[in-house]
Amino acid sequence: MAINLDDPKKLVPLRDQAHQVAMNMLRPISRRYDAAEHEYPQELDLLAAMIDGLSESGASSGAGASGVKRDASADDGTVKNGTNLASVLGIAEMCWGDVALLLSLPRQGLGNSAIASVATPEQQERFAGVWASMAITEPDTGSDSASIRTTAVLDGDAYVLNGEKIFVTSGERSDAVVVWATLDKDLGRAAIKSFVVPKGTPGMTVERLEHKLGIKASDTATIRFDNCRVPVDNLLGSPEIDPAQGFAGAMATFDNTRPLVAAMAVGCAQAALDLTRDLLAQAGVTVDYDRPAVVQSAAAAKLLQLEADWEAARLLMLQAAWMADNRLANATEASMAKAKAGRMASDVTLSCVELCGSVGYSEGELLEKWARDSKILDIFEGTQQIQQLIVARRVLGLSSAELK
Amino acid sequence: MLLLKNLRPGGRHGIASGESRDAIGFAVAALNRLAQSDLLDRVGLRKQAEQTVFTVTRGGFRTATMAGRVFARAGQRGRVGRRAADAPSRGVFDLTPSEDEQMLVDVVTELATEVLRPAAAEADVACAAPGEVLTAANEIGLPLLGVPESLGGISEERAVVASTLVAEALARGDLGLAVASLAPGAVATAIATWGTDEQQQTYLPAFTGDDVAAAALALTEPRPLFDALDPHTTARRDGDDLVLDGVKSMVPRGADAELFVVGARLGDTNVLVIVEAGTDGLTIEADPAMGVRAASLTTLSLEGVRVPASNVLGAPDVPLGQVYAECVRLSRLAWCALSVGVGQAVLDYVTPYVKEREAFGEPIAHRQSVAFMVANIAIELQAMRLLTWKAAARAAAGKDASREIALARKLCADKGMQIGLDGVQLLGGHGFVKEHPVERWYRDLRAISIMEGGVLL
Repeated sequence: MAINLDDPKKLVPLRDQAHQVAMNMLRPISRRYDAAEHEYPQELDLLAAMIDGLSESGASSGAGASGVKRDASADDGTVKNGTNLASVLGIAEMCWGDVALLLSLPRQGLGNSAIASVATPEQQERFAGVWASMAITEPDTGSDSASIRTTAVLDGDAYVLNGEKIFVTSGERSDAVVVWATLDKDLGRAAIKSFVVPKGTPGMTVERLEHKLGIKASDTATIRFDNCRVPVDNLLGSPEIDPAQGFAGAMATFDNTRPLVAAMAVGCAQAALDLTRDLLAQAGVTVDYDRPAVVQSAAAAKLLQLEADWEAARLLMLQAAWMADNRLANATEASMAKAKAGRMASDVTLSCVELCGSVGYSEGELLEKWARDSKILDIFEGTQQIQQLIVARRVLGLSSAELK
Repeated sequence: MLLLKNLRPGGRHGIASGESRDAIGFAVAALNRLAQSDLLDRVGLRKQAEQTVFTVTRGGFRTATMAGRVFARAGQRGRVGRRAADAPSRGVFDLTPSEDEQMLVDVVTELATEVLRPAAAEADVACAAPGEVLTAANEIGLPLLGVPESLGGISEERAVVASTLVAEALARGDLGLAVASLAPGAVATAIATWGTDEQQQTYLPAFTGDDVAAAALALTEPRPLFDALDPHTTARRDGDDLVLDGVKSMVPRGADAELFVVGARLGDTNVLVIVEAGTDGLTIEADPAMGVRAASLTTLSLEGVRVPASNVLGAPDVPLGQVYAECVRLSRLAWCALSVGVGQAVLDYVTPYVKEREAFGEPIAHRQSVAFMVANIAIELQAMRLLTWKAAARAAAGKDASREIALARKLCADKGMQIGLDGVQLLGGHGFVKEHPVERWYRDLRAISIMEGGVLL
């Protein structure tokens, strides 16, 4: 055991491969699907097939939306650099290419992460290869996900779902939706369960797609459930309402997906930083790492600060993923990574637009797009404020009743 | 007239040079000047102030450096000295310290908790580290951390990571005392890392024996926008000698130091020069600062200081300019590690405080505006730690760490200061008074990004 925070040697090829894919497949279509909101990026089908192939061959080191699960193999006492690290490294590179297209990748939805995190082995097998999106938010319930109103009532061999879900990423394109619903509103958090609802199930309708500030290539749907019958076996994990376990089951997904969203922020910000560094160099401004910021130009000093913040978020992201790989509880670190990466990405992408002036603001470059795309990363999978709340409660040792 | 000359505004007492004094202003300034002069003391008009640590707490008192021990020349001039091997790199991302490192951290943490912290407040006022603290630090072997076993030290490989963890753990107790404790090690580490056989044989015994020499790595210079890579201190060749001229500031324990390593410009190369205390032309002046006071900060003046040319630190294995730049970087990284320790001290302190302090009928920790400040301290502090560790691990493995060190320094300077600021804010008025240590940490954390030298990994 020895402290080392460089990217894992064995995952460098995967990271570099993802970078090449992002550069050569995503970047060329990045602006096009930003402009053509709601148009399906058909190029992604080929890419998804390629990713499946790599995954099958083992060449992808388990990276991807399903890579967030905890390794169940016996602990041999060695330090692991596994699928969680592979996933954040790969996703960051893909989002260096385009966040929205990454979110649109078939079979790489957040629903897939949820299935990987909480499904039983039988369900894992049954839902393998399914493209699953995630439906939590409701018109009146955002961050406060414990108070969702969508209900699931047991009726024979099926649960009957009723309610409305909004902001479902890839909600129209996916094969199935993982829906959060409550078995009994009076029993609070413990009664909230997630259900896999295949597309085409009667009673489930995609009502509309949102027009958004950014990540326009990703479809964001509103889905309604009217007496939608879902087989009992599609309830992920245990159907028991266990107040002691409370919300933990459903929330376990977040511990695993937050580092992924941090990775998206890291990738998006890196895109802006890389291009800005290049544009500023052409304008005669470079950062000298050995000289104090105060003796360099304001632009160089700013770039140094942005890069330091970026590196900070990236290392927090790697830490959270590394802990998951090594089966250490990482709820605090996952939220730290998401909080830092979310605010960093906003600061970095917006500052890069400012540094590059009208070149940054114009649609002629992608800097303005990244500055629009980044905003959602400080919102979905838990806003900046929710992450701070989680970190604060854990650091201070306060309950949700004490620190509201 | 001398008095009038002293009354001229500009650059003194925090008055910018653009200010002018009118007649009343001159009269007031003259009166003030008289009130301060020792004339009053000589005619017995004022009680002699108690100044037990006169030399270290009062600026303006210059004295020759202490002629310390005699360093007997030994070893072979110009021959490359012994070097610690690079730490092996397995290429695995890992945040676990080695067993040896963890043991060391545990011991140092105990020292920081049991010895440094209780002594911190008084040492801050006295501008001096108690003898027990320095003795304990020497007994643990802190000055030898960066010295390989083959030279009488304790490490088999480049101990940059171990030193990082130690600096962090020490500063969690107190920054000023940590710097005082680590100052001799900076010089020992520099000589072990870059010295010739002669330099190592001549000077390292002063650190490996029972009576560890006080010593200081002097890189900072007193001017705005100071850039360590552009030192104004000059080294000029004169026959077999070098002649040094210039001023170095923020030199820890300079008054006790028996040996200095001084940064200077030689032609168009930056060099580190070994200078023994007591050399003619070397004077020391107390220069207490906003913080890091327990390190007895001083200004070192060099006027025509003559040393053998063979005292330029470095051997043929590494170009001299690179030795200097590496030294600057690894010193900056040491300050990063120290800032992480101080930041942790702040977090450790404010966490129970905000849970106990009540306002409006409940602990203030129950308010998001308070709780989120604590959360952000925790988040940024961990980021500071990870950046510092990453740079340290790269340096230990012999990889280029200049980018990582620059990023760590930027983050530690910015976020470290924010933590210091929030630490005081969270305690409100209580944070502003010396009953609590947060005001000291606030002053201490301003040092990060200003200090060059003093400590080294």
